[in-house]
Amino acid sequence: MSYQILWFVLWGTLWAVYFMLDGFDLGAGMLRPFLAESESDRSVALAAIGPVWNGNEVWLITAGGATFAAFPLVYASMFSFLYLPMLLILFSLIVRGVSIEFRNKAAGPRWRAGWDRALAITSLTAPLVLGLGFGNIFEGLPLGSGGYRGDFWGLFNGYGLLTAILFVALFLQHGALWLEYKTEGALCQRSRKAASALWFVVLVVAAAFIAATPIATRLSANYVASPAWIAVPLLALASLAAVKVLHAKARTLGAFAASCATIALVTASAFVGLYPSLIPSSLDPAAGLTAFNASSGSYTLKLMTVVVAIFVPIVIVYQFLVYRFLKGKVAKDSIEY
Amino acid sequence: MSVEALSRIQFATVAIFHFLFVPLTLGLSALVAYMETRYARTGDETYLKMTKYWSKLFLINFAVGVVTGITLEFQFGMNWAEYSKFVGDIFGAPLAIEATVAFFLESTFLGLWMFSWKRLSKGAHAALMWVVAFASTLSALWILLANGWMQKPRGFVITGGRAQLVDFGALLWNPYAWIKLFHAGTAAFTLSAFFVMGISAIHLLRGRSTEMFKKSFRIGATVGLAASLLIIVAGDLSGRQVAEYQPTKLAAMEAQWKTESSVPFYILELPRPASEGNAIEALPIPSMLSILSYHDPAAQVKGLLDFPRDQRPPVLASFLSFRIMVLLGFLFVLLALLATIFSWRDELAKRRWLLWIMPFAIALPYVACELGWVLAEFGRQPWIVYGLLRTKDAMSTSISPADVLISLVGFILVYGCLAAVDAFLIVKHARKVEE
Repeated sequence: MSYQILWFVLWGTLWAVYFMLDGFDLGAGMLRPFLAESESDRSVALAAIGPVWNGNEVWLITAGGATFAAFPLVYASMFSFLYLPMLLILFSLIVRGVSIEFRNKAAGPRWRAGWDRALAITSLTAPLVLGLGFGNIFEGLPLGSGGYRGDFWGLFNGYGLLTAILFVALFLQHGALWLEYKTEGALCQRSRKAASALWFVVLVVAAAFIAATPIATRLSANYVASPAWIAVPLLALASLAAVKVLHAKARTLGAFAASCATIALVTASAFVGLYPSLIPSSLDPAAGLTAFNASSGSYTLKLMTVVVAIFVPIVIVYQFLVYRFLKGKVAKDSIEY
Repeated sequence: MSVEALSRIQFATVAIFHFLFVPLTLGLSALVAYMETRYARTGDETYLKMTKYWSKLFLINFAVGVVTGITLEFQFGMNWAEYSKFVGDIFGAPLAIEATVAFFLESTFLGLWMFSWKRLSKGAHAALMWVVAFASTLSALWILLANGWMQKPRGFVITGGRAQLVDFGALLWNPYAWIKLFHAGTAAFTLSAFFVMGISAIHLLRGRSTEMFKKSFRIGATVGLAASLLIIVAGDLSGRQVAEYQPTKLAAMEAQWKTESSVPFYILELPRPASEGNAIEALPIPSMLSILSYHDPAAQVKGLLDFPRDQRPPVLASFLSFRIMVLLGFLFVLLALLATIFSWRDELAKRRWLLWIMPFAIALPYVACELGWVLAEFGRQPWIVYGLLRTKDAMSTSISPADVLISLVGFILVYGCLAAVDAFLIVKHARKVEE
């Protein structure tokens, strides 16, 4: 297997892990104003994501950095073509980060309400714009021999918006399951109800996404060429079914794990269809950026492979240990900051 | 304005803003870790109180540092796509490695530290903060390896119009980056020490929690003296590297127009770039510039006039940022020396004038740190990668001036609010002392 193919896989994996991890704290951020009714609820819901959100977000920084290192042309194109969407993601992440960290740094009710609102809004805008961007990448960007011909408003097409809604729906369900797992009492019950209802939302949106994808994109071509890969989207659907089954049995952590798998497998399904493109062109297939024409030299790819092979497993191990250390309901006495 | 002009202003804005928060993260994390370790070792509650007090300020600062750091990773692709394509092979690697080996460690362990006060032993909890301090320095190393390559590119070949890495060892052992880490690291500890001393001084003047702030002040003074003395060594090493690797930067920061040997250093000097000479040159120290640059009184220093105009950096900005930075550097040694003597002799109560100076002195290392970067980056112009790629050729081609104007206005608004909120919270928590 060439390093370019390996890096295509790693690229997809980094995004999948990012969506899987940051997805629940983004979802919890969106749901928090609707599920948390008292000040105590709000601080518990915040403490449920407080220790881990930043570590989750670093997967995005790593995905971005890895894109820069392994596929510099993709990094340069993605960020400069999608200039305004990237700016919106950036501002969302900036405001979101400080709203989590600053919310409890002063006591006034208006201060807290302001940051709570900022957290909810930016937890929505970040996945919305990410989904919009990826939806458009799945469709192909208007990339011709003369460069990029797209504009900001052109991104707001039906399929782009549908992908954005899919991201938001998946993250909402993910966040509801996380809050149900981490909280107790009425807040836990409300989270549980929300997770139940959101499962049907995910199902409807996912069905629409599956129906629209062969029409709006060329992602189905790989599946037609090698039907064995259909196992990946089928597994995604099986995971979604598992969410329902486990949730109905009140096995919350299992349902959350199934939701992790759903998000990772949905991402994988899209990337199987995308291969070998990273940014396909909607105008001229030859103008698209692929793992083969947009990568770094083999020296850098080898170097980055060594780095990733050593350090990513270490990161996974210590992040896993931290999650295990913090397992179970939010400890009230841990809410210090 | 052009995409180029707006992008330059934007990058300067977001980079300068980000670096307001970086040095305190680097230095204060280690100071807090030290305080907590003292608490774990001695059980002295003063150190616990001290840890909690300074860590609150650390966390506020850290949050802004983290979110404004994301901007820089986005900037290269958004506004400098041609640069990113040219150097991605090389520059992308240390950025990706930074996230993988350092930023994960820093953010994961800080998250755990914040929420595990009651669930871990004192020693284990303190150890987490040491991990954060180590990871933030490791993070700085990889960022400086990336920047070091822009200053002194090595270990690469140009293929198909793009720089490609052929020797990771050359990138990793770039002397420019390591000296810069030494310089930026000692500067970060100086800044953090002055931050601790300045805030402690306010409380000592008001006679509040005297025990804790006397101890804090003493830690700040000692670290500040050691770090500011080391800056002089780091600055000397940096200067000689600039002389060796970036002769245009050296000539600009010293306002050296003609190529001469045994060049004096003028204590009073002011360049007049319009007439390609200096408006003021007074109080020379014979051969001093040759000594500073090459440790050789007879050494020749190449002047700006011997470089084509389109290879000269902005002289006034380079010159002034260098001069003011160096002046401040010596001032730090003086202030830290006085602070060390008086705090160890327990005479601070008698030297209220020093306690009055120290709060104002907090601003000075911030100025010096930013000027250091202004010198490093302005002095490298017109190159974005020294000698290889010009900044004007590095811009994204798909963006319009309107795009960049929108983002620049956005950054100014968002960062303006961030600055206000950060200042409000730092002042609020700096005032609040739990008795």
